[in-house]
Amino acid sequence: MKFVTAIIKPFKLDEVREALSALGVSGITVTEVKGFGRQKGHTELYRGAEYVVDFLPKVKLEVAVKADLVDQVIEVISKAAHTGKIGDGKLFVWDLEQVVRIRTGETGDTAL
Amino acid sequence: MKRLLGSLLLSLGLGVASLALAEEVAPVAADAVAQVAAPAADGAVAAVPTPDKGDTTWMLVSTLLVILMTIPGLALFYGGLVRAKNMLSVLSQVFAIFCVISILWVVYGYSLVFTSGGDLNSYIGGLSKMFLAGVDTSVNVETFSKGVVIPELVFMVFQLTFAAITVALIVGGFAERIKFSALLVFSVLWFTCSYLPMAHMVWFWGGPSAYGDPAGFLFAKGVLDFAGGTVVHINAAMAALMGAIVIGKRVGLGRDAMVPHNLTSTMIGASLLWVGWFGFNAGSNLEANGTAVLAMVNTVVATAAAAVSWMFAEWLLKGKPSMLGMVSGAVAGLVAVTPAAGFADPMGAIVLGLIVGVACLWGVTGLKKALGYDDSLDVFGIHGIGGIIGAIGTGILVNPALGGTGVFDYSTMAVAEYSSAQVMSQVWGVGVAVVWSGVVSFVLFKLIDMIMGLRVSEEQEREGLDTASHGECAYNL
Repeated sequence: MKFVTAIIKPFKLDEVREALSALGVSGITVTEVKGFGRQKGHTELYRGAEYVVDFLPKVKLEVAVKADLVDQVIEVISKAAHTGKIGDGKLFVWDLEQVVRIRTGETGDTAL
Repeated sequence: MKRLLGSLLLSLGLGVASLALAEEVAPVAADAVAQVAAPAADGAVAAVPTPDKGDTTWMLVSTLLVILMTIPGLALFYGGLVRAKNMLSVLSQVFAIFCVISILWVVYGYSLVFTSGGDLNSYIGGLSKMFLAGVDTSVNVETFSKGVVIPELVFMVFQLTFAAITVALIVGGFAERIKFSALLVFSVLWFTCSYLPMAHMVWFWGGPSAYGDPAGFLFAKGVLDFAGGTVVHINAAMAALMGAIVIGKRVGLGRDAMVPHNLTSTMIGASLLWVGWFGFNAGSNLEANGTAVLAMVNTVVATAAAAVSWMFAEWLLKGKPSMLGMVSGAVAGLVAVTPAAGFADPMGAIVLGLIVGVACLWGVTGLKKALGYDDSLDVFGIHGIGGIIGAIGTGILVNPALGGTGVFDYSTMAVAEYSSAQVMSQVWGVGVAVVWSGVVSFVLFKLIDMIMGLRVSEEQEREGLDTASHGECAYNL
C-alpha cells in the first residue's frame, strides 16, 4: 500500500477530487494549510506599514491506495492540479505499513 | 398680569443669556400692560422666546448621531484595526468610557464647562450647575442667533456626547497593551483636567444676547472652532501621543505581524463615524437652518476629497489603492472639516480635504517612522495632524474672499471685516490645546504608572487582552 500526500492550489481541489473518484479512489482527507516554496509570499500594506506574508494558503490532500494504483494516482493529481504557474504544489509518496477500518476491524487492502 | 409675572419669573430662572433678554424686554412689556390690558399680555408671551420644535428635534437627532459615532462607530473602527485577540478589549474600553463620561458629565462636567467660573473663568467654569442643578425642562438656552432658544437639557446632552467621544478617541494610541483599570482612572482624570478646561476655554460664552459676558480664554482670543477641532481632536490626539510614548511600544512591534484583523469592521465603523459626524458638525450649529446645512455639505465634500486624495497618494507612492487608506483619509477629512464646517464654503472644504488626505498619510507613515512612537491606531497621525491643519485652515477659509462666511460680530450684528489675524487666533487655539493636553496627559500617565502601573504583563499582552483582561473571546468559531 502507498500513501500520497499532495499540496495543491486550493481552487484545484474539486478537479483533483473528481479525477481521483473517476479512478476509483474511495476516500481522501483534506486539510487547509499554509506554507511556502518557490512561490514565496506577497506583501501587504496597512497605512504604510509593510508586512511580508510568507505563508500562502494551500490544500493538503491525503490518499491511501493499493500499491498498483499509485502511479495512476500520481498522474491524475499532477494533471488535475497543474496550471503551469509557480506554486502548483508537490506530491510526496510514502510506503504504507498498515490500515485498519475502525468499525469492522478489517485491515490491509480490504480496509482501504 | 399674573401670566406676565409668571413668564418673567420663569425667565429669571433661565441661564445667563435668557436672563439678560428678560431684563431687556421687561420694561417694555410692563409699559404695554399699563396701557392696553389684553394685547399686552399677548405681546409679553411672545417676548419670551420658546424653543422651536424643529430646532429641538434636530438637536435630539444630532445627539443620537454623535452617540452612534462612539458606540458602535468608533469601537468598530478601532476594533477592526487590532489583532483578533484584542478585539473585545477595544470594544470594552470605548463602551466603558462612554458610560463613565456620560455620568461624570451630568454630575460636574457640564457645570465646569458651561457656567461662569468667577476669577478662574478664563480657564474653567463653576459648580453652580453640578448635578444639573436648575437644568430642567422649563429652562432654555440661546443658540447663535439672538432670541432663538433650545431646551438647555438637549444642549447639555448633545455636549455630553462630545465629551464621551473625545475620551474614547484616546484609546487608539495605546491599544493592545494598556491595563483596563489604569485606562478608567486616566479617563476620569483626563476628562476633568484636560477636556473640561479646553471645552470651557473654547466654547464658553453667554450667547448672542449677553456678549458683554466674560468668555473662555480662547473664545476671547477669537479662536473659531465650529464643532471641536481643538477641543475634541487635537486634545485627544495629544493624550494618545503621550500615552503611546509613556506606555511604550507593543511587544513584538516590527517583528510580529500586527495586521488589522477585520477591515470589514473598520469600514463599517468609519462609515458610521461619517454618518454620525453630520450630527457632530451640523448639530453644532444648535439650530436647523442654512448654516447647519452648510456644515452638512462641507462634511460630505471635505471627507470625500480627503478619502480620494489619500487613495491616489497611496496608489502613486505605494502601488495600490487600499480600503484602509480610503477610510483613514475619510476620517482625516472629517477631523479637518470639524472646526471649519460652518465657516468655509464647500469649495474651500474640498481643498482642505485634498490637503489633509495627503498630510495625514504622511502623519501615519513618515512622521510616525521618524519619531519612532507606537501610536497603535494612529490617533495622532490622523486626529492630531488633521486637527491642526483643520484648525489653522479654518482661519484662512473663513475669509469671505475665499467664499467663507466671515466672522459674525454680535456687537454690531454684522459680519466683521476679515483680518489675517484670524490665523494667529487659530494658532493660539492649536498651541494651547497641544501644550495643555500634552502636559496634563504626560503628568497623568506618569502618575498612574507610578501608582498602579499602566501596562499589562508581557505574558498577558502576548495572550491578548480579551482573555487576559476581560475573560472572554471575541470569536468562538
